[in-house]
Amino acid sequence: MGEPGTKEILSLAELEAAGSFRTGRKHILSILVENKPGVLTRITGLFARRGFNIDTLAVGPTDDETISRITLTLDGAVQSIDQVTKQLHKLINVLKIRDLEPTETMARELALFKISSDGGNRAEVMQVCEIFRAKIVDVSKRTLVAEVTGTQEKIDAFERLVRPFGLVEMARTGEIAIARGRSET
Amino acid sequence: MRAVDALMECLKAEGVEVVFGLPGGANLPTYDAFHDAGIRHILVRHEAGGGHAAEGYAKATGRVGVALGTSGPGATNLVTPICDAMMDSVPVVFLTGQVRTELLGTDGFQEADTIGITMPIVKHSMLIQHPLELPRAIHEAFHIARTGRPGPVVVDIPTDLSRADIPYEPITDVHLPGYQPTTDGNHKQIRLAAKALANASRPVIYAGGGSVSAAEELVEFATSDRLPVTCTVMGLGAFPGTHPQWLGMLGMHGTRTANYAIDEADLIVAIGARFDDRVTAKLSEFAPHAKFVHIDVDPAEISKNVPAHIPIVGYAKKILPKLTAEYRALEPDAKRLDEWWHRIESWRERHPLTFTDSTDAEIKPQYMVQALYEATQGDAVVCSDVGQHQMWAAQHYHFGRPRQWINSGGLGTMGFGLPAAMGAKVGRPEEMVVCITGDGSFQMNTQELATCAQNGIDVKVFIMNNGYLGMVRQWQELFWDRRYSHVDTGQYPDFVKLAEAYGATGMRFTDKHTLVEDMRQALATEGPVVADVRVAAEENVYPMIAPGQAARDMVG
Repeated sequence: MGEPGTKEILSLAELEAAGSFRTGRKHILSILVENKPGVLTRITGLFARRGFNIDTLAVGPTDDETISRITLTLDGAVQSIDQVTKQLHKLINVLKIRDLEPTETMARELALFKISSDGGNRAEVMQVCEIFRAKIVDVSKRTLVAEVTGTQEKIDAFERLVRPFGLVEMARTGEIAIARGRSET
Repeated sequence: MRAVDALMECLKAEGVEVVFGLPGGANLPTYDAFHDAGIRHILVRHEAGGGHAAEGYAKATGRVGVALGTSGPGATNLVTPICDAMMDSVPVVFLTGQVRTELLGTDGFQEADTIGITMPIVKHSMLIQHPLELPRAIHEAFHIARTGRPGPVVVDIPTDLSRADIPYEPITDVHLPGYQPTTDGNHKQIRLAAKALANASRPVIYAGGGSVSAAEELVEFATSDRLPVTCTVMGLGAFPGTHPQWLGMLGMHGTRTANYAIDEADLIVAIGARFDDRVTAKLSEFAPHAKFVHIDVDPAEISKNVPAHIPIVGYAKKILPKLTAEYRALEPDAKRLDEWWHRIESWRERHPLTFTDSTDAEIKPQYMVQALYEATQGDAVVCSDVGQHQMWAAQHYHFGRPRQWINSGGLGTMGFGLPAAMGAKVGRPEEMVVCITGDGSFQMNTQELATCAQNGIDVKVFIMNNGYLGMVRQWQELFWDRRYSHVDTGQYPDFVKLAEAYGATGMRFTDKHTLVEDMRQALATEGPVVADVRVAAEENVYPMIAPGQAARDMVG
C-alpha cells in the first residue's frame, strides 16, 4: 500500500478490506471502572440496548479501593468485540478495557455443584471429583456439594461428567482473569 | 454560600447566559438562587418545551444549552429532549430537582428515578450525593456535554443538598480519567486518506451533523479540488446549498443526483456522519463500489454500520485542514474528475428537484417552502418540526451557512420546532428565526407560544397545514394500500384564534399568488406570529427511496 510518507498515490484497489467484524472466538475483557454507584447498571444496560450477549460477568474490588474490576466473557462469533469495547469506552466511568490474549492470560472460574449421591454412586462421584481436584465441601444423605476451580472449559467438562449422577443445582462465578508475567491486566 | 448559589456561580463560570426551565417543589432552592444570580431564566410552559429550547439554543449558537426541571414529572417531561439531544449530539446540561435524600427510593411525592430512567439516553449523568460534590459535578457536566461527541448530561440534585451551606471555590481543573476524547486525528491516516482521494476518480464527500462545527474547513477542503458534496439532513448548511459542487441532500428523500453519486462513487469521505438507515437505505447495497474514509470524533461510529477502510478519529475542524494540505501537496490531477462531473451534471439535468405546481391558487407545500425562501431572501434561521414539511424544507430551502437549519433528525421528535425556534431566537436575537411546522407537530408543544409572547421572543411560525399527519398518510397511501388509519386531523384547532389566545398574531394564507407577499407581511409583524398556511392535502414527498430498497431504485 502507498506509504503514508511518500508522494506516491494510493490505488483504491490496494486498500485492504475494512475491519472484519467477527473474530469467531471467545474473548475475555478485563474492565477497570470507577467504584461509583450505578456503574454496573450502565454497563449491563449498554449491553442490553445494543444487543450484546454476555456469557459471564464477574465484579470485584482491585488493589485500589476507588477502582473495581469487571471481567466479562463474550463470544466473538456472534458480535463485534470491537463495537463492544468502543461502546464501553464511551461510558465516562470506564477507565480501561483490555481484551486479554488467550495465550497470555490466566483465567479461572469457581463453581459449586450439588450432586445426587445416595451411597450407591458416592465412590464414583468422589473419584470424578478427585480427577478434577474438586473439593467436597458438604455431604448429606442424598447429596454432596463439590467445589471446583479452573478454566471455563474444565468446569464445563466436570459438569458433563457429573450430570448423569443427577445434578441437583450448580452455581458458577464466571471467569476472572489476569495477564501472565509482568504485564498489567 | 448555599449549594444552589454555588451552582449559579458555576453556571456563570461556564458562560451560561440563559436557562430554560420550570419550577417545582424539588427545585425551589434553585429558583430562589435565581434572584441574585444575574442569569437570565426563561419560564417555559412545559419542561419538554424547555428542553427543546435549550437544544435549539445549543444548535443555533454552538454553546451548551441548559434546561431545568423539578423532580418526578418535571424530569420525566425532559426525557424526550434528553433523548433527542443524545441522538443529534446536542450539548445540553439538564439540571433536575430530586426529592430530599432521606426520601430517595421510598416512592416519595414526585419522586422518579431520574438517573435510572435517563441512563440509556444520556452521554453521562450524575446524582449528587453530597453538597460538596455539586460544583465539580456541574463543571464536569459542561465539559462532557461540550467536548468530544457532544451530548446531553443530566445532573440530579436532591433538594436538601441544594440548601446546604458549602464553601465555594472556583474549579478550573476538571479531569476525568475515563474520558479523554481523541481530537487531533492520526497524521498517518490523514496522509493515507489524501492519497486515496487523489487517486479516486469518482469521489463524494458525505457530510453529517458533525461537520456543522467545521463548515469553513469543509468548504476549503471540498474546493481544494472539485469534490462533490452531499449532506445528511443534520449536515445541511455545512456546505452552501447554492454552490456548484453541491449535490443536494442524500438519503430517503435526498436528490437523485446525490444518491446516484453515492451509488457509483469509488471513494466516499464521510465527515461527522453515522451511516444512519435513512441515509444508507438497504445497507448491503449502499455505495457498493466505494471505499470509505470515515472522519468522526466518536470511535464507536467507525465501522459500526459500514466498515471504514481509512478511519480517522478526531474533530473534523482539526482534521480537515490537515487533510486539505496533504491533498494539495499531492497535486492531484484535476482532469481526472471531468468524467465524474459530466456524469453528475447529466443526473442534475435529468432529475432536478421538481413538483407539479397547481394550476389555480392552491398552495403546494413545496411551493410554500420556495415562497418562504424568497420572502426571507434565504437568510432566515429555519427551525423545523418532523414530518413531510421537514423534508420539503430540507429539499427546497437552500441553506447557505451552518446553524441556519435546526431540526430533530435522529429521534424525529414532533413538537421540537417551536421551542427550538424559541431557543434559537434567544441565542441569536439578531437573526430572523422562522419555524416551519406541520399542523400535527405544532400541537405537540403549542404552549410555548405563551412563553414567546410573554418574553417577546420574536419567532415566526409557518404551519404547513394539510389537515393530516402527512408523512404517516403518505406511507399509508404508498405502502398500505391507501387504507388511511387515524391520520386525518381535520381542521382543528383554528390556529389563528389559537395564536391570538396566546397573545401572538394569527394569520391565514390560502392563495399562492399572494403567498410571498403575505409571508413578508408576517415577517414584518412585530412579536411572535403564527401563519396557518393551507396547503394541498395529499401531496407526497418525492423523490423517495422506499423502505428496503437501494438508492438507485428511487421513485418519484
